Amino acid sequence: MNQRTIAASVFFIIVAIFFILAAWSMRPFGAPDQSAMDDYIIQNTQEEAGANNGVTSVVFDYRGFDTLGEATILFTAVAGVIMILRREKHE
Amino acid sequence: MSEMSRIVRTMTAIMFPFAMIYGLYVIAHGHLTPGGGFQGGAVVASACAMLLVAYGSKWVEEKIKEKNLSLLESVGAIGFIAIAFFGLFFGVAFFHNFLVGSDLLFGMVPAVGSTGANINTGGVLPLMNFAVGLKVIAGLFAIVLVMAYATTSFKEGKS
Repeated sequence: MNQRTIAASVFFIIVAIFFILAAWSMRPFGAPDQSAMDDYIIQNTQEEAGANNGVTSVVFDYRGFDTLGEATILFTAVAGVIMILRREKHE
Repeated sequence: MSEMSRIVRTMTAIMFPFAMIYGLYVIAHGHLTPGGGFQGGAVVASACAMLLVAYGSKWVEEKIKEKNLSLLESVGAIGFIAIAFFGLFFGVAFFHNFLVGSDLLFGMVPAVGSTGANINTGGVLPLMNFAVGLKVIAGLFAIVLVMAYATTSFKEGKS
């Protein structure tokens, strides 16, 4: 066993310990620490946003600016890919 | 990218309409069921990518150009921002949901609680889903198409 393998094993064990500790210290599913915002959205999304799907009403109504940023990121990615891989007319 | 065998092409021709219908359903019912514009657009773009892999980039190049896809993506982005500005003009703020409670399209308000699905609800959410869905379809398909063109011209040594 050379030094690279030993170093990789030690690094892997440390990272694995971190992940296992993080998994143990997670809160149980469905019991968040602060639930005021969740309760507000669950209670009021059908009246205020008019949609049965709470996730969509958060994404497009309560947090619309976030979606605007995501759309901008997608636009930038497409523009960059088309700019790099565009076909030039040589013939 | 050249076309694949006849078996793959036949199976793609059978599978493509179902994938297309499923993706458009996810977009259109984004305010009722899990999913939305991004997810449904990704499904439709996957169907188009499947078509591209099976039939080759030459066949797809005759049908649609990436210039038109880029135009469609810009139309989706402008529609999304325009709906947000309509909230400013007709409502109270940017991204305000001005259609909820009105008698217009998508203006109904569902009863609070676990109610049945009514597609005529949601205010501007379905419109925004359509705009974002169009944007994601055109954007992702343009990326895949441009990459396929790049590999094709590189392999044949054209440029």
